[in-house]
Amino acid sequence: MDTELDQVASDEGADQRTSDQPAERSKEASSLLKELVAYLRDSRTELREEWARRISEAELLGVMSDEEIFSEATEVYDNYVDALETGSIETLQTYARELSERIIPRGVETHEVLGIVLLLRDVLARSLFAKYQEDLELLNRILDEYEPAANRIAVTVGVSFVEERERVISEQQESLRELSTPVLQLRERLLILPIIGVLDSERARQLTEQLLRSIQENRARVVVIDITGVATVDRTVANHLVQTVEASRLMGASTILTGLSSKIAQTLVDLGVDLGMMRTVGDLQGGLVEAERLAGYLDLEADDPARPET
Amino acid sequence: MSVAILREGDYLIASIQSDLSDSEVVELRNELTELVGTHRSRGIVIDVAALVVIDSFVARALRSIVLSAKLRGAETVIVGIQPDVAIAMVHFRLNLQPLRVALDLDQARSLLERLTSGGGGDGR
Amino acid sequence: MDDEVRVALRTDADLVNARAQGRAMAEQLGFPRPDPTLIATAISEVGRNIVRHVGCGEIILRPLQEADRYGLVVIARDEGPGILDVGAALRDDYSGMGGLGLGLPGARRLMDDFDIESSADSGTIVTMKKWRVRDELARLREERRRRE
Repeated sequence: MDTELDQVASDEGADQRTSDQPAERSKEASSLLKELVAYLRDSRTELREEWARRISEAELLGVMSDEEIFSEATEVYDNYVDALETGSIETLQTYARELSERIIPRGVETHEVLGIVLLLRDVLARSLFAKYQEDLELLNRILDEYEPAANRIAVTVGVSFVEERERVISEQQESLRELSTPVLQLRERLLILPIIGVLDSERARQLTEQLLRSIQENRARVVVIDITGVATVDRTVANHLVQTVEASRLMGASTILTGLSSKIAQTLVDLGVDLGMMRTVGDLQGGLVEAERLAGYLDLEADDPARPET
Repeated sequence: MSVAILREGDYLIASIQSDLSDSEVVELRNELTELVGTHRSRGIVIDVAALVVIDSFVARALRSIVLSAKLRGAETVIVGIQPDVAIAMVHFRLNLQPLRVALDLDQARSLLERLTSGGGGDGR
Repeated sequence: MDDEVRVALRTDADLVNARAQGRAMAEQLGFPRPDPTLIATAISEVGRNIVRHVGCGEIILRPLQEADRYGLVVIARDEGPGILDVGAALRDDYSGMGGLGLGLPGARRLMDDFDIESSADSGTIVTMKKWRVRDELARLREERRRRE
């Protein structure tokens, strides 16, 4: 009876995956891990070479030279083995972030980073198979230590890379947007805002902010908003435009909208957008003439920009 | 005091120094209306640059000032609406029809000169 | 709750404070302009009803967090007689004069989410939220989703 219970108890013990509870890791498991890490360090040279070979074979990291791949590979390998040994991912996360910062500007993509980490995992696993093939039971126990740790490493590196990538894209988008909504001072009291490209509501929001601030800084009386370079306008954007014009008026400036294609004009009509308060002129040239007239006219005579047009 | 009111010849310049409470807004309205009568001012400039929010109450008060000033023969110009406040007012669809606005004090003075010479600004 | 701010509403000065607190929290949370001002304006409209018509109530400001976006919720509460006709109070005739003069349609236009519960027994609770997408990719995803 007792021996049967003992048998069951030890079987359960053998089935337990203990990777998430280091406190419960048996002495045997941690000595296996030590053995594993020592082996990986000793075989560093051949395994790293094998890995580099597999990377070229898979045609990953094309943007990097062989020397670069070698030097990064060395660092990744060492960090990988360290992470296996300590079970700590903080150092790995820091490294992964730094690595990402280096390689993202080079154009390395997500699938490449995941690819090489998984290849390393495979290379190391294969070498473990080769080393412990005589003793399948021991191999199993070694893999029990190796696999969860290796998976956690792959996830950590992948996620760090993706997060860094998203941050970079975010920054780039921001600067692109700022570049593409310039408000120019054409003459004293006259601003022109040429809009080019896709106009979404976030961009429209920024555009409005920049324009109103420019009106304030330049003490502008007339603003020309040119949308020649805008292909389509939906309801949200149309409303934004109208709101921009009205807000400009509250700051004492008149607005002229130029460059409406007949398509956009039709869209605005269909959307029931109230263009009553806006002056619109077909082309930019005509709009500028009108604006100068308005600015000149405003300086001499009593035309109040806050009043509705008669 | 949260509002400084100065006299510049025929005009009254009211500079709001900080965000006003409702009762301070009412006080401003009463004071301006009285001063216009006392000094027979022909124009009022209200600088709202310090107002963080212009909501329906403030808008109503401003309208009220404009109308009562007009009854006493004065034109009113509002200046200094901040960009964010302008956007909020537009979102809110505040009805500002009788209000005249200008960007700053200089523009307001020019506007008032145009309005008060040649006998008033309506119905040109 | 940790970052919650409560402002008691009784006097005119309280309303000024509520506006300032709302704007401050919005700026702190990273809302881009003009959102802090939009939020402060909505607080002003809704808060005034409490000060003017009920005499006593409070504004609660709370940051919100979701996977792709962050936000701010404004809860304006009072235990007054309630709004009899909420529908009329919310009716937006886009003239700035609609909604029984309670400024609710305007406040709703300034915010993203707007909810109002009102009864004679339990008073009125107005819950308004403003959101911002957390980052550029999330925002682009949102725009794409909206267009489809």
